[in-house]
Amino acid sequence: MQRSKTDIWVGLFVLLGGLALVFLALQSANLLSLNFDKGYSVTAKFDNIGGLKPQAAVRSSGVVVGRVESIDFDDKSFQARVHLSLDKRYAFPKDSSLKILTNGLLGEQYIGIEAGADSANLAAGDSIGTTQSAVVLENLISQFLYNKAADGKSKE
Amino acid sequence: MISFLRPSNIGLAVRQALADMGFAARLFFKLLLSLGPTLRRPGLLREQVHFMGNYSLAIIAVSGVFVGFVMGLQYYYGLQRFGAADSVGLLISLSLVREFGPVLTALLFTGRAGTSLTAEIGLMKAGEQLSAMEMMAVDPIQRILAPRFWGSVIAMPLLAAVFSAVGVLGGWVVGVKMLGIDSGAFWSQMQGGVDVVRDLGNGILKSLVFGFAVSFIALLQGYLALPTPEGVARATTRTVVMASLTVLGLDFVLTALMFSI
Repeated sequence: MQRSKTDIWVGLFVLLGGLALVFLALQSANLLSLNFDKGYSVTAKFDNIGGLKPQAAVRSSGVVVGRVESIDFDDKSFQARVHLSLDKRYAFPKDSSLKILTNGLLGEQYIGIEAGADSANLAAGDSIGTTQSAVVLENLISQFLYNKAADGKSKE
Repeated sequence: MISFLRPSNIGLAVRQALADMGFAARLFFKLLLSLGPTLRRPGLLREQVHFMGNYSLAIIAVSGVFVGFVMGLQYYYGLQRFGAADSVGLLISLSLVREFGPVLTALLFTGRAGTSLTAEIGLMKAGEQLSAMEMMAVDPIQRILAPRFWGSVIAMPLLAAVFSAVGVLGGWVVGVKMLGIDSGAFWSQMQGGVDVVRDLGNGILKSLVFGFAVSFIALLQGYLALPTPEGVARATTRTVVMASLTVLGLDFVLTALMFSI
């Protein structure tokens, strides 16, 4: 194959394009911090998950320790079943509890995990019993109105 | 008075449109099948990547910087009302990688390289060079059209990546250096919100599809051009109009398919 002086320029162009891709992947999408080992998965049932979505963060004391893998509906207990993948580096006691929390006033919802006191740790396939549902604004308001009405009656 | 509405004329127009469509489909499959022979002659391919990639680099990079600048200013203006100015980086990166990078690159590429493809093929046809090649038992589709087609398909994703990367840097200059957003928040918000496969991967896929569409339309218009100066001029115009509309339409369809959740 004959060499030509455009070789070097085309090579530079392809290199530049490749560099741009690497830059986007590393600097803007953070490829390095992607967790390639899957971690261990546990399940939990919630009465109401509110606006929780797959890929939402699982945080403990504000630190991301895992992700929500998938969410489905259990038609035996009529609850939402959430599959979590927790980072292998972190172990939590078996009686840890989960809460659905909101990041700021209008932010994304995430799961907060609070450590319990059990000496045994959660293992892959375990399910977490103590859960607290998402706060639904409508329920809060109706509760508030109901309490108001009850107050009014008791004063009469 | 309304002689152009005579049934025979309408019939002729419909038949011509159908024949063009059939020819277009045949040409497209022929170009797709020509990948193997094109790769076996890398010299031709390299020349086209050089012509369409390297020479488009300047306009792509400069446009990317300015789009990044403007997005930095506008997003900051909108977001600081809600005290969310830190998300400027995330929004810039998402909109560039998902939409603006592939779409604007395709539109600029149409104007910069698509037109020259159409004009080149159209003039070759007008000068009967393509017929002359056929006489010499050289397939003009394989020798002339295929390297140009695959050259653009290769160049487009690379150009789109350059556009997005340069745009993010432009947004960083305006957001962090001029408007005083915290540099750490700018990058960390971006890294928290942009997914390698879902956002970046789909963006690259988009620009690949645009590469196929733009170069195919440009080559087809050149090939169908009437062999007169006016015919070539019209074909070039049609390339810009059709390719731009196709890119925008395809972008909507692809966005709906990729990011529907």
